[in-house]
Amino acid sequence: MATDMVKTFSDGDFEQAVLKAPTPVLVDFWAEWCGPCLRMAPAIDALAGDYEGRVVIGKLNVDENPNTPGSYGIRGIPTLLLFKGGQVVEQIVGLVDKATVARALDKHI
Amino acid sequence: MTDTARDVIIIGSGPAGLTAALYAARANLKPLVIEGLEAGGQLMLTTMVENFPGFRDGIMGPALMGEMRAQAERFGAETIQGDVTAVDLSVPPFAVKTADQEFRCRALIISTGASAKLLGLPSERALMGHGVSTCATCDGYFFRDRPIAVAGGGDSALEEAIFLTKFASHVTVVHRRDALRASKIMQDKALANPKISFEWDTEVTDVKDAGKGEVTAVVLWNKKTGATKDLAVDGLFVAIGHTPNTKLFAGQLEMDANGYLVTRNGSKTSRPGVFACGDVQDHVYRQAVTAAGSGCMAAIDTERYLESIGD
Repeated sequence: MATDMVKTFSDGDFEQAVLKAPTPVLVDFWAEWCGPCLRMAPAIDALAGDYEGRVVIGKLNVDENPNTPGSYGIRGIPTLLLFKGGQVVEQIVGLVDKATVARALDKHI
Repeated sequence: MTDTARDVIIIGSGPAGLTAALYAARANLKPLVIEGLEAGGQLMLTTMVENFPGFRDGIMGPALMGEMRAQAERFGAETIQGDVTAVDLSVPPFAVKTADQEFRCRALIISTGASAKLLGLPSERALMGHGVSTCATCDGYFFRDRPIAVAGGGDSALEEAIFLTKFASHVTVVHRRDALRASKIMQDKALANPKISFEWDTEVTDVKDAGKGEVTAVVLWNKKTGATKDLAVDGLFVAIGHTPNTKLFAGQLEMDANGYLVTRNGSKTSRPGVFACGDVQDHVYRQAVTAAGSGCMAAIDTERYLESIGD
């Protein structure tokens, strides 16, 4: 489902790929059994293209990576966290449309 | 980006919208279904559906919606991803807008359904995704071996509570009356489940602890005794009912005091050529099968309407 531009993050590379990234990074926390998460996938794909070079967009599968969600107190998916300089600057919980995510990204680029 | 006027556009893709699409397609009306953000409707968030006729062993909600969609498409219904942001029903053909496109149609079928109601507490909003949830199938996973609360007393609340016993150490159902609204069979299942207990005549008045950024307890208020207490839980699932998705039509269509579209003589709304089906206009039954039935009615009403105005 992910296009080439949507990255895949894991517990193992989170610090390097997200927290230490030079650009803002949007992380989509998702799982296979979460219907609304799957509904968001096309919007995430589209945004990765729209914001190429400005925001890195990627997904973290919570089923396979239990540590990272826990450290951000995530107990509901889908959840989108926008990181800038290693800090969470935006949080979107639940199914939303592409425009809502874009508005959140635009505030930080 | 204006399209030439279609015969019929259907807003929403739950059982009502997809059944309307099936019948409209078979009547050669070439319906366009604009899926909506929550495509597939409420059944996409359920697991086993056991009360939709025709499936003696039950069927998973998403699978049932997949079948309905494929069936409608088989006969020529076109479905597109997209969320309707505005409609103009003042002069036919009606205008229907999404973020990227604008459509026009001679007839419109509204099947936008209903969305989960929230308690309305600031703490509920603050802790959404951090222990407060409206989707048991999405978030039950995060509460393995933890105690949780479910607010509500209808079928949805009990179904969620029973589902959540797969993960949680204990589920407390908090209901503001002393009797459940749910169907008898759901009540029996829930009452017999050793992991489920009930707080009757009780409302959730606050969720702790927004300062910590996670749910640690819910504050319960017993309406009969006036007593309040904290119930230590790691999560709260809100399943108190649904509110109809009718904001798009404010000022354009007649609604009742609770925001439901008023329909008469089947699926007719207050505007000729505009029909409504499913939960958006039903606060009494709200079942997948009644939604599907009303979707069929809307398609037949639409066909008759289009014939009456000529092509």
